[in-house]
This record gives sequence, C-alpha cells and structure tokens, in this order.
Amino acid sequence: MAHLDISGLEVRYGTVPVLSGIDLAVERGELVGLVGPSGSGKSTLLRALVGLVPPAAGRVVLEGKDVDYASKASLRGLRDHAAIVFQQYNLFQNMSVLDNITVTPVKVRGRPKAEAEAEARALLARVGLAGKERAYPDQLSGGQQQRVAIARALALKPALILLDEVTAALDPELVRDVLDVIKDLAGEGITMLLVSHEMGFIREAAHRVVMMDAGRVVEVGPPSQIFDAPTEERTRAFMSKIIRH
Amino acid sequence: MIDHMSALFTLGNMQFLLRGAGMTLLLTMIGCTAGLFGGFLLAYARGSKGTLTAPLRWGATAFVEIFRRIPFLVTLFLVLYTAQMIVPRAPLFWVAVVSICLLCSAYMAEIVRSGMESVPAPQIEAAEVMNFSRWRITWMIVLPQAWKVILPSAVSYMVMFVKDTALASQAGVFELMFAGKALANRGLDPFLVFATVLFAYFVISWPLARFGRWLEAQLARRTHEGDRR
Ligand SMILES: Nc1ncnc2c1ncn2[C@@H]1O[C@H](COP(=O)(O)OP(=O)(O)O)[C@@H](O)[C@H]1O
Ligand SMILES: [Mg+2]
Repeated sequence: MAHLDISGLEVRYGTVPVLSGIDLAVERGELVGLVGPSGSGKSTLLRALVGLVPPAAGRVVLEGKDVDYASKASLRGLRDHAAIVFQQYNLFQNMSVLDNITVTPVKVRGRPKAEAEAEARALLARVGLAGKERAYPDQLSGGQQQRVAIARALALKPALILLDEVTAALDPELVRDVLDVIKDLAGEGITMLLVSHEMGFIREAAHRVVMMDAGRVVEVGPPSQIFDAPTEERTRAFMSKIIRH
Repeated sequence: MIDHMSALFTLGNMQFLLRGAGMTLLLTMIGCTAGLFGGFLLAYARGSKGTLTAPLRWGATAFVEIFRRIPFLVTLFLVLYTAQMIVPRAPLFWVAVVSICLLCSAYMAEIVRSGMESVPAPQIEAAEVMNFSRWRITWMIVLPQAWKVILPSAVSYMVMFVKDTALASQAGVFELMFAGKALANRGLDPFLVFATVLFAYFVISWPLARFGRWLEAQLARRTHEGDRR
C-alpha cells in the first residue's frame, strides 16, 4: 500500500476550481518532485494535504488511515505525522533558533526539555548550523533560516515532509546548502513532496516527477521521462520554456 | 486683566483645576488600560473560526462596529440612563468609567487586530500545522511580536482620547473641562479660565505624544531584548 494515497482531490477558492481531481500515490521514502507553471496548483496541493485549505472533495490516505479534514482529531493525527516548509517566513521571529526547534516537541508533545534540546542540537549540526542555537531568525541569512526550518520540521519526526519552493526566495549562492540538506534526507525513509524550480536538483534527487497544469496532474514519471522524453505535449511545452530561460 | 488673573490664580482654584486634570488623566488611563484588555478579548473573539463560536464572533463585531460609530456623547448618555434605571443615583464617576471602557475597548480592538495581523501568516500556518492551539499561537507567537505594533498605536490613541474625556463633563462628571466650566460659572473671566484649561490639556497630552514617538523608535530599534522565555 502506498504511504500517501491521494484520489480525486478537489479544492476550490470560492467557486473557482484550483485542484480538479488530483490522483497521486507516493511510496514510503519516495522523493517526488512537483513541477508545473506558476498558478497550476502545486502550493494548493501541499496546503490541502496538511489541512490549511479544506478540500471540496476527494480522499487522502496517509499510513493507511483516511484523513477526515472536517474532524479536528483526524487533522491533529495527520499533523503529528506530516510537516510543511514554506517559501519563507517559517520561523517564529520572537524565538531563538533552539526554541523554534524545541517548542513543539516540548510544549505540544510534552517531551522532556533536555532531551528535545539535545536532539535539536544534533539536527542543527546536521544542517550545518551548529553554534547558532541562541541566534534569532533575523540574525541569520535566508538560507540559514530555511535550514533551521527544515531542522524544525525534522524535530517532529515526520513520516511526510512537504517542501514548497523552499529555495525560491534565496540568493543563488545559498540555494545549494539547502538542497544538500534535502538530498541528505532522501532515502532515510521520510516521504517527501518537493515543489521546486530547481530542475537540475529534481532531476538528480527525485525518484519521480509530477507535472501539474491548471489544477490537474498532467504526467507522472521518472525524471528521465519528464525531462527528456515527456509523453504529454504540455510537459514538453513547459520544459522547453524552462530550459530556454 | 490683572484683577481677573489674581481672581483666577488662587491656590484653591488651581487645586480645583488640578483635581480636574487628575481626573482627566485617571479616566484616560483607566480607559486605555481596560481598553487594551477588552480590545484584545474582542479581537480574539472576532478572529475565532468555526460554527460554534459564530455568535461570539458576531457579537464582538457588532460591539466594535457600534461603539466606534456612535458619538461618545450618545454612549455616555446611554450608560447614564441605563445605570439610573438599575441603580437610582448611580455615581457619575462610574458611569464615565463604564462608557470610556466601552469606547476604548471598541477602538483598541481594531488596534490590537491590525497589530496581530502584522505577524506574517506563514508563521501562524506553520504553528497550526504543528498542532498549536489557537490560544497558544496567540500567546506564544502573535502577541510577542504584535505588541511592538500595538503599543505605539495604543499610545497615540490615548493622546487623542484625552480630549474625548472632556465630553464626560456633559453628563456632569467632574474632570478638567467640568472644573473649567464650574470656575467660569462662578464669574471668573471665561477667556482666562479656558486658556488655562487648554494649557492643562496640552501639558497632559504633549508628553504622552512624545512618549509614544520615543516608544515607537525604541521598539523599532531593539528586536530581541526581553524576548527570551
Ligand atoms: N487564497 C487564495 N484565494 C484565491 N485564489 C487563490 C488563493 N491562493 C491561490 N489561489 C489561486 O489558485 C491557483 C493555484 O495557486 P497555487 O497553488 O499557489 O499555484 P502554484 O503554487 O502552482 O503556483 C492560482 O490560480 C491562484 O491564483
Ligand atoms: Mg506556489
């Protein structure tokens, strides 16, 4: 059984359909790249998965459990297993790096503070930010902030991580550090959905690529298919536009 | 002129005006402090989601819209006559306090709300997805950032509000304006009396306005001190 199984997922803003029947099954530990033109619904898909926008129809099954987005308990259960990182402004500006990472384990999940802090330090070392525990977000570069955001997501020990253009707001020289961290995570059993315009990175790191357009999945396949031999005309058009840039 | 001045500037008259000014300051402080708390509760209620809390949301919205739109004098008389229906001889001071708290809460609700909205939405969404309750989000993430926006606005509102308290004299509440009118009615030169009253209002509100500007500059400069849990 797939780790994450999405079928017939629909989202509307008012009466405007933004996602029109998304079907997608993701295996445990798989890194799936989500590509497509701006406005095609990639962010909305990730936001819908964690219940930030209510789906109008469809079914989401995570770890064999049906998610009921209308039920607080079900949503809470889902959010115990899934984490999301946005393009920017993820970190709590009023908290130090260490507090950002430990606040949920300690305050929401009731774990002992010392234990959570030891783990947070290890995670910070892992994303290359050892020694930044006491810094505040606005004292860090954008790339460092995003790495803290990823460390914070990892501290939740999620089974599923959703990453929405986490490098899009960064200066080019900072992008690589963040991508390296993501690449490290792949193959550790964490399932990842990654929206990104870093086509080179998706090609090298993703197991499969999903091409979206106008609220639908146009094509799904391994990177070699999507980038080099797409079967759909819309994928071909999108790729040629990206590469010409 | 000299005669008028020596008639007005007696120790007794000055103490009388000073008591009025003290009352004006007191009403302002009470209104704005209570208003900050009331305003927070209103803003919190207005921002609630879900069908169960809908009446609370509507109630808070109606409260804010109504008391921001009707003239303060109308609120004052409304409270006065309501109070007199319940307790004959309701003390005027408390009538003024209640009216002022109603008005300040309604205005502060908007100040608090816009301050809370200044916190970037992704921070709040991140917290939501990490299973923070709404109260925890407000308490641990929104307010520690929003107060720097709220406080300077609250102080500038307070400066404006010092003037509004003068209306309380219309309902017979003793404060600075009332003290001025009383002195003028005693036959003292009205021009001199109200020039003195004007000066007193200025002395109350000008330092407050300066304090507000200073506070804003301070808060913009320092970001972290005092943030540590
Ligand atoms: N809060 C919103 N209200 C109304 N429409 C929205 C909102 N957010 C996104 N949309 C619309 O939904 C569509 C998909 O947006 P989005 O999921 O952000 O696309 P992508 O991430 O692929 O660029 C766009 O047409 C966008 O204008
Ligand atoms: Mg997007």
